[in-house]
Amino acid sequence: MQSSPNQGLSVNVAATAGAAATKENIAALSLRMKISKVNFYYGSKQILFDISMGVADKRVTALIGPSGCGKSTLLRTLNRMHETVATSRLEGEILLDQQNILVQDVTSLRRRVGMVFQRPNPFPKSIFDNVAYGPRINGMKGPIGETVEKSLRHAALWEEVKDQLHKSAYDLSGGQQQRLCIARALAVEPEVLLLDEPCSALDPISTAKIEELLVELKNLTTIVIVTHNMQQAARVSDFTAFLLTGQMIEFNPTPHLFTTPGDPRTEAYITGRFG
Amino acid sequence: MNARLRWRKFVSNFMLTMTGVCAFVSVAVLFLILGYLLFNGGTSINWAFLTQLPKPVGEEGGGMANAIVGSAKLLLGASLLGVPIGFLGGIYLAEFSGAKVASVVRYAADLLNGVPSIVIGIFAFSMVVRPFKGFSALAGAFALGLMMIPITLRSTEEFLNGVPRMLREGAMALGASKWKTIATVIVPAAYRGILTAILLALARVAGEAAPLLFTSFGNRFWSQGWTQPTAALPEMIFRYAGSAYEDWHRQAWAAGLVLLGLILIINILARTILSRGIAVPRS
Repeated sequence: MQSSPNQGLSVNVAATAGAAATKENIAALSLRMKISKVNFYYGSKQILFDISMGVADKRVTALIGPSGCGKSTLLRTLNRMHETVATSRLEGEILLDQQNILVQDVTSLRRRVGMVFQRPNPFPKSIFDNVAYGPRINGMKGPIGETVEKSLRHAALWEEVKDQLHKSAYDLSGGQQQRLCIARALAVEPEVLLLDEPCSALDPISTAKIEELLVELKNLTTIVIVTHNMQQAARVSDFTAFLLTGQMIEFNPTPHLFTTPGDPRTEAYITGRFG
Repeated sequence: MNARLRWRKFVSNFMLTMTGVCAFVSVAVLFLILGYLLFNGGTSINWAFLTQLPKPVGEEGGGMANAIVGSAKLLLGASLLGVPIGFLGGIYLAEFSGAKVASVVRYAADLLNGVPSIVIGIFAFSMVVRPFKGFSALAGAFALGLMMIPITLRSTEEFLNGVPRMLREGAMALGASKWKTIATVIVPAAYRGILTAILLALARVAGEAAPLLFTSFGNRFWSQGWTQPTAALPEMIFRYAGSAYEDWHRQAWAAGLVLLGLILIINILARTILSRGIAVPRS
């Protein structure tokens, strides 16, 4: 099932405009999230222009593009982390399970849409307490020890840390810390997991481990990943959106986008002519 | 060219020597004071000093047990007033207030920090002593507590602001509300620094005699409670060191040593507590 995730996801390959392709997707797929006509501003500066796309359930969607194209900003709107910046303003609609997230209680939204950041950011607590943090603050019932073990197993970290759960999270290597952060996010059983360049601070071996993990994780949850590494997008994702200066240039199944890009700008980017 | 090089070398060596000498002088002064205090205090201190009340004027012996307890009481009272106000105010400044409010409050705190301690004493006199018609331990604790507020406030704010943004985001991304983020991640990440600063504040007010002179006033007997005057170590040092009796001078030195010991004990206790937690590594 994992090997052919794109079967039956017929996308309008002729459409080069992202919005048009997305509309075709919506009909063919089970969508977990749907972004419609999103315009985003920091103060008077517009960062995102009329972005529309769907996020397919139990799939990996990658956002690629050169630095400053707005891919991280787009990702941060999906759990409303953009609201931590006072001057930010968002127009449009973002649906999670057909519900507009922009009018929901933000804390319960973030419990459903988890996030892993560019640099590992474990709390100054033990490994155990880091993973247990989310379930605890959200008042989740059930034996916490089991939740922690399950989450660490899902993050492929359990075997490495099971004998040192009460040690400081900072005793782990960078790659382990990032997997710990993934486990921490998984512990609240999010419906969607957002990853903002999760490997940019890691060495190649740690990166490979996380990429393997992502392919496993899509059985469990829906993943959106921002990456500046095109090979990474090609390796781990089922769908790829290419952004340029805040605009969605192309949104297509990953094999399609990387082999027969529908827009000359996509082609220029993936062949390394800029960015 | 050669002369120029020699001149440069001379300046370099000269400055190196000067900075080294100054560093040595500053440390030497510290050790001189400590050594002098340890010597004079150490030869004067005895069991009676720690356990007995002061003897009437003219009699040899006696101690300052009431002042030791009084100082501990005043510091406890001061902490109960100064730490919560400074700490919660610091949280407000760092996490909730706008930049304008923060800068005004910060400026006011710095001013308060610079107010001479004797003026704080006069203020406490008119705010507490006069309305309640009498000197009291409470008034002394009030004066010392006021002095602790700005230090606690400013350091709380600074250490909270120093917590990496990515830790906040990590907590918020898990569905933590702002208050929960502050209580469960930000304050725990900053509490070592905050606690250290509170200890410094405590150590500073522990040595203050001026604000106590017309608040807790002093007492040659056991204090009868918070509403009564109480003795305190710095205030006793002030009275005894200025007296005409050799034995009282001796006791003033002993009081200085006890004061130092008191601060040392608080420090060690706090460091023991601190060493248990997990610190955020500097990146």
